[in-house]
Amino acid sequence: MKRIQTLNQATLKKSAAKGGCGECQTSCQSACKTSCTVANQKCEKA
Amino acid sequence: MVHAFQMKDKYIALDVNSGCVHVLDKLCYDIICFLCDHDLLPEPEVFEKTVDQLGKIYQRDALQEGWDEIKELYANGVLFSADEYADIAVNMKRHSPVKAMCLHVAHDCNLRCAYCFADEGAYHNRRELMSAETGKQAMDFLIQHSGNRRNLEVDFFGGEPLMNFDVVKEVVEYAREQEKIHNKNFRFTITTNGVLLNDENLAFINKNMSNVVLSLDGRKEVNDRVRCKVDGSGSYDSIVPKLIKVAESRHQDNYYVRGTFTKYNLDFSKDVLHLADLGFKQTSVEPVVSEPGAPYAITEEDLPKLFEEYEKLVEAYLQRKKEGRGFNFFHFMIDLEQGPCVIKRLSGCGAGCEYLAVAPNGDIYPCHQFVGTEKYKMGNIAQDTLNQELRGMFEECNVYTKPKCRECFAKFYCSGGCMANACLLNGDINEPHEISCKLQRKRVECSLYAKAVEAELGL
Repeated sequence: MKRIQTLNQATLKKSAAKGGCGECQTSCQSACKTSCTVANQKCEKA
Repeated sequence: MVHAFQMKDKYIALDVNSGCVHVLDKLCYDIICFLCDHDLLPEPEVFEKTVDQLGKIYQRDALQEGWDEIKELYANGVLFSADEYADIAVNMKRHSPVKAMCLHVAHDCNLRCAYCFADEGAYHNRRELMSAETGKQAMDFLIQHSGNRRNLEVDFFGGEPLMNFDVVKEVVEYAREQEKIHNKNFRFTITTNGVLLNDENLAFINKNMSNVVLSLDGRKEVNDRVRCKVDGSGSYDSIVPKLIKVAESRHQDNYYVRGTFTKYNLDFSKDVLHLADLGFKQTSVEPVVSEPGAPYAITEEDLPKLFEEYEKLVEAYLQRKKEGRGFNFFHFMIDLEQGPCVIKRLSGCGAGCEYLAVAPNGDIYPCHQFVGTEKYKMGNIAQDTLNQELRGMFEECNVYTKPKCRECFAKFYCSGGCMANACLLNGDINEPHEISCKLQRKRVECSLYAKAVEAELGL
């Protein structure tokens, strides 16, 4: 494409099917303790 | 849902439901803004409307070229993609096991921070240390209620947990024995102000804790204004060398130096950069959470200045990365390729169901921020009780139960915000705190901008 650069794949929808194992870190616990920034958390299956 | 925004020289479109991020030229940005503003999709019959709107600025051929690219992304499900998550949200987290616990081993503190949500460590109650027996019972409770979850998290919290470090050690040793018996894997963390750190407890922490959160607000004058010792003097000089030692002993990984900014330091980007200048590679600095009316509380009128600060910070963050002296800022760390699954993003922090906090006397609360609030007491470790009504209320809460979150582009990045803040400031776990939301949206925009620049420069 000439006018648009896409930075990433559409992984979010795929993750709905295989996600939810619950083994990952609790988001609030990791660093902030007052907000729920979650997009920087690691997936245990990655 | 698409969120299109401009930051500096970058035009960016976030396709919320697929998670795809697109960097656009100005023409495509204008087309997408036109579609969003008029609630239209890039269907064939809409092209002429777009030409009518933008034909005065752009040639028809150029519009056709941009339109074709947008149409292709739409057809591929990565732009204007449909929301397929509402049904998942309805059935989510039914009877989810407990997997994380915040263990308040000390309701006492050796600092008297002005903004402490824990009432300067006293937690609305009397100062108290947790016994080893209660700590061990809490580990038993966690194992017993963890179902088939293997990875269990325990954060030693306070007040100041190093004031009761013998109990921390005893609880860790007990949990290590129990994890073998029950086929679990404990991950311990500790949140400390650093005052009591020494070689002995640091060795134990580095051996046993997967993460350490170190409290420091930034510049000396900023830190010492609010993070005071019992005698009123500042804490900066005595703790900074210790915190640097922790960071280096952990090879600049698996820790966060975590600060709070308030109305007293709206120029907080200087504080984040000060932490980076001290050599810390893992930083997290967050807005204070306080009841309205506190002199240091962030208010609506502070937002323009704070937005400006986040933009300054992201520029400095990128500049340092370019120069080979980059650092991590927790809220700019978005993993676009392999972040958490959408189910985690929908469900939030898990407070009150997956995540519980335990007070020194064994009382159970939905999270550390609720500790001491009688209305939210869920049970007691020794009696092995857990209020199922309260648990259900928290379990049902997700981004789709919050009307404001449903319509927000940042919902899969903040997972609905902090329920304790929502309760404290709005009296309802489903009513997020608006100022926190506005800051969160700005942080998401800044981090996506950073991704666009990093992609351009190959950083």
